[in-house]
Amino acid sequence: MAEIKWTTADPKGVLTGAHYIDGNHAACEGALAAGCRFAAGYPITPSTEVVERFAARIPLVGGMFIQMEDEIASSICLQGAVWAGLKAMTVTSGPGFSLMMEHIGFAAMTETPCVFVNVQRGGPSTGTPTLPAQGDMQQARWGSHGDYETILISPSSPQECFEFIIDAFNLAEIYRVPVMFMMDECVGHMTEKVVIPEPEKIKVVERRWTDKKPGEYLPYQPDPEDLVPYMVKAGDGYRFHITGLTHDERGYPAATDVEIHNNLVRRLCEKITKNAHKIWKWEEKDTDDCDILILSYGISARVALRGIELAKERKGIKVGLFRLIVVWPMPEQRIIELAEKVKAIIVPELNIRAQVAREIERIVKGRCPVIPLGHAGAGVHNPEDIYNAIVEAAK
Amino acid sequence: MSTTLRENPVEQFLRTDRMPHIWCPGCGIGTSVNCFARAVLECGIDLDKLCIVSGIGCTGRVAGYLRLDSFHTTHGRAIPFATGLKLANPDLHVVVYSGDGDLAAIGGNHLIHAARRNIDITVICVNNFNYGMTGGQVAPTTHHEKVATTTPYGDPEYPFNLPDLAASCGAVFVARWTTYHVVQLTKTLVKALNKKGFSFVEILAPCPTLYLRRNKLGTSVDLMKYFKEKSVIKHGANTKEVGLETYDKEIIVGEFVDIDKPDYLDNYNEIMKKRLGDKFQPWGR
Amino acid sequence: MAADRVEIRLAGFGGQGIIMMGYVIGKAYSIFEGYEATLTQSFGPEARGGACSAQVVLSKDKVLYPYVVQPDIFVAMSQEAFTKYYPTLKKDGILIIEEELVDLSGVDITQKLFKIPATRFAEEKVGRRLTLNIVMCGFFTAVTGLISRDAMRKAVEDTVPSGTEELNLKAFDVGYEYGQQVLGK
Repeated sequence: MAEIKWTTADPKGVLTGAHYIDGNHAACEGALAAGCRFAAGYPITPSTEVVERFAARIPLVGGMFIQMEDEIASSICLQGAVWAGLKAMTVTSGPGFSLMMEHIGFAAMTETPCVFVNVQRGGPSTGTPTLPAQGDMQQARWGSHGDYETILISPSSPQECFEFIIDAFNLAEIYRVPVMFMMDECVGHMTEKVVIPEPEKIKVVERRWTDKKPGEYLPYQPDPEDLVPYMVKAGDGYRFHITGLTHDERGYPAATDVEIHNNLVRRLCEKITKNAHKIWKWEEKDTDDCDILILSYGISARVALRGIELAKERKGIKVGLFRLIVVWPMPEQRIIELAEKVKAIIVPELNIRAQVAREIERIVKGRCPVIPLGHAGAGVHNPEDIYNAIVEAAK
Repeated sequence: MSTTLRENPVEQFLRTDRMPHIWCPGCGIGTSVNCFARAVLECGIDLDKLCIVSGIGCTGRVAGYLRLDSFHTTHGRAIPFATGLKLANPDLHVVVYSGDGDLAAIGGNHLIHAARRNIDITVICVNNFNYGMTGGQVAPTTHHEKVATTTPYGDPEYPFNLPDLAASCGAVFVARWTTYHVVQLTKTLVKALNKKGFSFVEILAPCPTLYLRRNKLGTSVDLMKYFKEKSVIKHGANTKEVGLETYDKEIIVGEFVDIDKPDYLDNYNEIMKKRLGDKFQPWGR
Repeated sequence: MAADRVEIRLAGFGGQGIIMMGYVIGKAYSIFEGYEATLTQSFGPEARGGACSAQVVLSKDKVLYPYVVQPDIFVAMSQEAFTKYYPTLKKDGILIIEEELVDLSGVDITQKLFKIPATRFAEEKVGRRLTLNIVMCGFFTAVTGLISRDAMRKAVEDTVPSGTEELNLKAFDVGYEYGQQVLGK
């Protein structure tokens, strides 16, 4: 049995109470509640408030923040901190996220648990720094070279920024992967009520420390059940080695060994795909008896709810909402079940290349039409556009 | 008469299960590792607290051969990784061991910023004047006019003066030796390991397979003679005057900078204490 | 204002404390009244100096669409802001203006209109010009009746820099009492 140790939040990091704060500040508080004690970052709109708050709060909580010279440095600095024993994150947006890609791969390869927060803005390039998009969803999955799997989580309110970034840290520790916390400018900069519970009500996962002694311990020997290896940290006498090269269970390079490479890369992917059912998180509304299904995530799912209300009020169309909270991996079986019942699935998202919709199409395999409803970003959908798409699909 | 094989004292720091290593015969990196291992023996640091971080390249493989907590990171990014390691657990002694291309080209920005911050790490830069792992391309340390695969007619650029770069950015300890100067280098490494703040040691080393052969500079033995004949020991030399622009220039070696100033964490803790008072628990002290 | 969703736009120029007004209103309604309020604002170069605006959506239930499209209430604190945003105000909405900074001549106002010299009151009655936004918050509370006086006062106290609570509560009361006077209460 894989040993996952659940505990409750360290009270030092938890600001219990009701706050009126934006999504960026809420994400910072969630990270602190989750036990994040190290962040490295570089200023970039619209994400900077997360690290500004972290820089102000962390000396009082016990931990460290450093503003690095660029996003490349930030995205590897935090991994040094993880191997020194802390939970760590970095925070960025589009251009910075692009610069971090190599180190997302490094974290995947070395199985370094950590969280990358991306407050998405419109792209490509400098794009729309002060306005939202959901255009990095495929990049977050595939952006680094080679095969690997990661986990994407998308919140749709400041409250969820707080709650779901805790999930992000927990999943990072359980599966030893970089988790992508995919916010957007709208959620990051909107201010709403955020209720932070008592520390004892916040569940956090401890690192998967090995119980083996130096000499017995193999850094990349996976747990037979969930395929995730156990961890050590620097300074404890294990004299372990970590490399971005293909490596054996000792952590030693084996970059010319086809079999070792094949086994390693397959395990890096399978520890997510085979445990996907334990990672999925979604929300359904009125899906029991609907003709049209809206499938979305983050701010787009929230805005779509307004479009759904309009369709019900004006035309009495039965529309359900399926909101992905963990956007990747996806609950394929449930999506297929729904696809068999509904007339069409509409996928509103803030990108025009059907970044998530194409994944739904792949899952649905023609059981019903999948209608991408793209918006290039720099704004969110007008609920009327979602209403119109529903009416069209219901014809 | 029986002969007993005496164990090499540095063997305890080596991952003997990973031998043979990848370095070419005559390469200077192994010599530098030998000096480093002897320095580690002498420096008095708890070896369980000593971490080694490398980037990518021939010297980047050093981390993998040392029986220490060791991290073989990405190209150019050993220093920011080391920064995270050190700041997250200030009890660790963190050494970055990498090559000239890794630290001065792709990682140049991190080198200057870590020196500026005075992060308490030791950076050992083995300078073999070119990119070895990828087959001998031009580096920011290649001598003016010397040949590399990507400057087949000669390098039109000027090389970095690495000790001066580190010193001018704020390093508190800066030295240079060649792999000919094994005794001096070992002593200097002991000092660098025990120095609080950002220390930088450049080690000039032969790359016989690529740089020497391509530039018709002879064998490693010839380069050792060159190091011996051209080197001038000048402790405390003005780092402005230690550049290696051309191959025929004299090589100034020695300990150039050794000053004391508060490191990043000293300053961090002092400022936080000043602003936050008793609400602040000093970090890592 | 019986509608479940109330959209408010507050606009003026940088330095008037427009965002803080939005923050106080949103906090009062969500934290102290227990409902939902979503505040959005312009970011970036356009938010530094020049025109500045904050949008608040109040709702008994979750706010779905976060932005203000056609405000029910528009608080105009500068001529530029008035000109820019007045056309989007609902025909049966409420217009509140800083009367010494907004000139309505030549504009046919169809909405309910409330006027206050908030800046002058802040100077003369409170003794601190900077409190003009809180004077306006008090006036807004009285004339709209959307949020209780108590909740707004708590939000003011909880938001302003520590040490200035008393001053700001005084500013709030100045605006509130003037609002009641205007309503004839």
